[in-house]
Amino acid sequence: MIRWLLLILGGALLGGIVHLATVIILPRTATQDAYARLSPIVPVNTVVALPAPTPDKAVMPFMDPAFASAICRYDLSQGPLKLTVPVSPAYTSVSFYTRYDVAYYAINDRAAGRRVIELDLMTTAQHDQVPEDEEVTAADRLIVESPTVTGLIAIRAMAPEPGLMRVAESAVAASRCSTQQPEPPPRPAARAPEAPRPRR
Amino acid sequence: MRLLFGTLFGLAVAAVVGLALTYYAIARGTPFGGLTIDSWTAWPKSGTTDADPYARASIARSGRLPTAMGDGVSFTLTSDDDGKTLDGRCEVVLSGVTPTARFWTLTLYNLDGALVANSTNRYGFTSQEIVRHADGSFEIVVAPRASPGNWLPTGGVERYELVLRLYDTAVGVSTKAGREVPMPGVTTRSCP
Repeated sequence: MIRWLLLILGGALLGGIVHLATVIILPRTATQDAYARLSPIVPVNTVVALPAPTPDKAVMPFMDPAFASAICRYDLSQGPLKLTVPVSPAYTSVSFYTRYDVAYYAINDRAAGRRVIELDLMTTAQHDQVPEDEEVTAADRLIVESPTVTGLIAIRAMAPEPGLMRVAESAVAASRCSTQQPEPPPRPAARAPEAPRPRR
Repeated sequence: MRLLFGTLFGLAVAAVVGLALTYYAIARGTPFGGLTIDSWTAWPKSGTTDADPYARASIARSGRLPTAMGDGVSFTLTSDDDGKTLDGRCEVVLSGVTPTARFWTLTLYNLDGALVANSTNRYGFTSQEIVRHADGSFEIVVAPRASPGNWLPTGGVERYELVLRLYDTAVGVSTKAGREVPMPGVTTRSCP
C-alpha cells in the first residue's frame, strides 16, 4: 500500500516536471501559432495587407476589426531591414514580434513624431557592425534590434469610423519593408526638423 | 517484475498529471501577472519580452499576436460585476468611463476569438463612434435584440467575451487598480 502511495507521489512530482517542460516547449512546437498561420500568405521581407476579419474567416483570432493591418515577415540573415510606414490620420502602430510571437518592441505614430515611421531592423550582431560615425551622422535613424533572425512586424492603422477604413487601408498598403542595399538610398530632405527624435 | 510495473505506473501518473496540468493551465488562460480592475483583466506583460512561459504558451497555442506594450493594452471581460458569466441571450449593460487613452475599441468575440455574425455587421465600437452623455460617460447595451443608443449585438450566442483595447495609453505593467483607471461597470439587466 505504502509502495503505491509512494509511486503516486513520485509520479505526481515527475508530472510537475513534465508540466513545466511541456509549457516551455509548447511555443517551439506549436503548428498553429501566428507565425505559422501567416507564413503561407506572407512572403519573406514583403508587406502584405491582411484581409479584414469576418465572423467566418480571420487570419488570426482576436484581431481588432477597427484596424487595417499588414504583416511583414522578416528574415535578417541577408542583412538589416528597412521599414517605412506612412502614418494614417487617426492612429498607426508598428509592433515587432519574434519568431515565437513574443512582442519585443512597438512604436506608434505619436512616438515617432513625424508623417512617416522609418526605422532599421537588425540583429545585435549587425548593429555591432554599424560604424560608430555612421550611427552618429544618421542620428535620426531609429534602429531596432531583433532578438531573433526571423520574426513578424505588424503594421496597423485605425479606422475610428467604418468610413475611414479606406484611408487606413491605403496607409498600411503603402508601407514597405525590404533588406537594405549596401549603398543606402539618399534620405529625403523634407522632414520636420523640430519633431522630437525617437531614440531607443 | 514488480519494479517494472511500479516504474511504468509512476511514469503513467507523471504523464497524466503533467499533460493535464499543461492543458488546463493553457486552456484557462495565463494564470500569472494579470492586472484585474473590477471585472476586467489585462496581461500587460504578455506584450513584452518579460512574458512568462505560460503567457508564451497560451499565445502560441491560440495563434493570436498579443497587443504589444507601446501600442496598447487589452482588457478581457468574461463575467459581469456580480460574477455571472456573460450570456449572449441576456441584456448586458456597460456603463461608465474608460482609463485615459488616445483611442479605445470594444470588440465582441466568441470564446475562440472569432467575431460573432449579426444582422447589422457590428462587431464592436471605437471611442469615436460611441454616443456619450454630457459628462463624457457612456452606456453600451450588449444584447441579442436591437436597443436604442449604443447597441452591440451578441448574435444570440450563449458565451462570448468582450475585449477593451486601450491604444496609446499610460496603463501598463506598473498600473495598479485605482481611481486613475476607471473601467466601465458591467451589469446583466434582463435575461429571458
